[in-house]
Amino acid sequence: MGSSALILLLLCGIAFAGAGILLSLAVAKTKKNAQKGETYECGIPTTGTSWIQFNVGYYLFALIFLVFDVELVFMYPWATVVKEIGMPALFEILVFMFILFMGLLYAWKKGALEWK
Amino acid sequence: MKILLTYSFSSLATYIHNLLAELITNSLLLQVTEMVILGVSLIAFLVVLCFFLGYMERKVAAFMEIRLGPNRVGPKGSMQIVADTLKLLLKEGLTPDSADKFLFNLAPVIMVIGSMMVIAPIAFAKDFQLYDINIGVLYVSAVSSLGVIGILMAGWSSNNKYSLLGAMRSGAQIVSYELSVGLSLISIVVLSGSLSLGDIVRSQENGWWIIKGHIPVIISFVIFIIASTAEINRAPFDMAEAEQELTGGFHTEYAGMKFAMFLLSEYINLFVVSAVAATLFLGGWMPFHIGGLDGFNHIMDFIPSSVWFFSKTFLIIFIIMQFRWTFPRLRVDQLLTLEWKYLLPISMVNVILVTVMAIMGWHF
Repeated sequence: MGSSALILLLLCGIAFAGAGILLSLAVAKTKKNAQKGETYECGIPTTGTSWIQFNVGYYLFALIFLVFDVELVFMYPWATVVKEIGMPALFEILVFMFILFMGLLYAWKKGALEWK
Repeated sequence: MKILLTYSFSSLATYIHNLLAELITNSLLLQVTEMVILGVSLIAFLVVLCFFLGYMERKVAAFMEIRLGPNRVGPKGSMQIVADTLKLLLKEGLTPDSADKFLFNLAPVIMVIGSMMVIAPIAFAKDFQLYDINIGVLYVSAVSSLGVIGILMAGWSSNNKYSLLGAMRSGAQIVSYELSVGLSLISIVVLSGSLSLGDIVRSQENGWWIIKGHIPVIISFVIFIIASTAEINRAPFDMAEAEQELTGGFHTEYAGMKFAMFLLSEYINLFVVSAVAATLFLGGWMPFHIGGLDGFNHIMDFIPSSVWFFSKTFLIIFIIMQFRWTFPRLRVDQLLTLEWKYLLPISMVNVILVTVMAIMGWHF
């Protein structure tokens, strides 16, 4: 079973989800009225759309995440060879992680990690 | 009968292959038939697994709250989840008028695909692995984070304030905890020197990493369990759903089978996360071995490898299910504090500790 397994799983996912939803369309009784199409919100009519500006805090965390995720991608190839190379590899990643750790401390000090 | 005695899936596969080869002579048709058989059995396996996990979740909840749980439908209530699935199948799958209809209907499909794709590199038993990718660990962490796209898609396209809030929370939560998950995976990659899950299991032939790697590996195991509970949106990290405050979060507007797809992908994710934890830290299908004690190791080999794999996986699933009834839900600020101020620095230092241990050869 080579890489065709991935295609097989993809097709399985599509087939399963698609078949489930289509089957329910076929067997479920549908009777549409105006109330059913409304946005659900505690029983009162909803005001305005939800596609508006909202808290910038989520984006801040996404930005810090991006920095550390790149670090993680660098660490995967490093992790496979560090045992063979030994101390030099450890020293190099220490420098790399130190710089990133400073970044985290900076974000911490600046209050980017506080939820407001 | 010989197949059943050897407990080997590869011999079963060869047997079926030979049987089909006699019937079908066209090689392309043969391949397609085998693929269809494999696909159908995979889907059947996942459906049975999800039914079982749904039943188990209710029974564990009942066990934790000292009550009976489902006990009416079928023996010991085991058919309850089948009845629920039938009910969901017969429900009307509504799409709100103000929703983005294409994305709204695409989101559950994306969720199911995202959680199903992660199954590929997992070794269910000895010689039973769909595809031993040489970058398996990276693949698992990359594909399992596809789920967040489905959640954001569902939350945004519903055009509902609850849904959008739930989706944004879950976006912030999943991307944050992915870092700790990644770092604790890296600590095992450092020790075994390979990204392939098959190689990682074989590297635990003389003892599981959680025993061989002692304290640093135990720390990364605990971090992995905490962070992956957050990554699959289970309580106490179920900020994205939070029934009491968001009436269901990102799937508020979903009904019927589309809602069932979200539930299904949550259970598949739970299984996958536990299976990965079992593979990396508890040796996957590898029996309990102690380096040097050949007699003892030989006795342990008599227990089939699939039994080892599933018992470890379900042990971890049981622990994660218990979390739900043990801890109260975290607030958003507590959630982000836990990750960024505690788990991330600890796991960064822990990776260095593991590396020093691996280079110095301090592990067994």
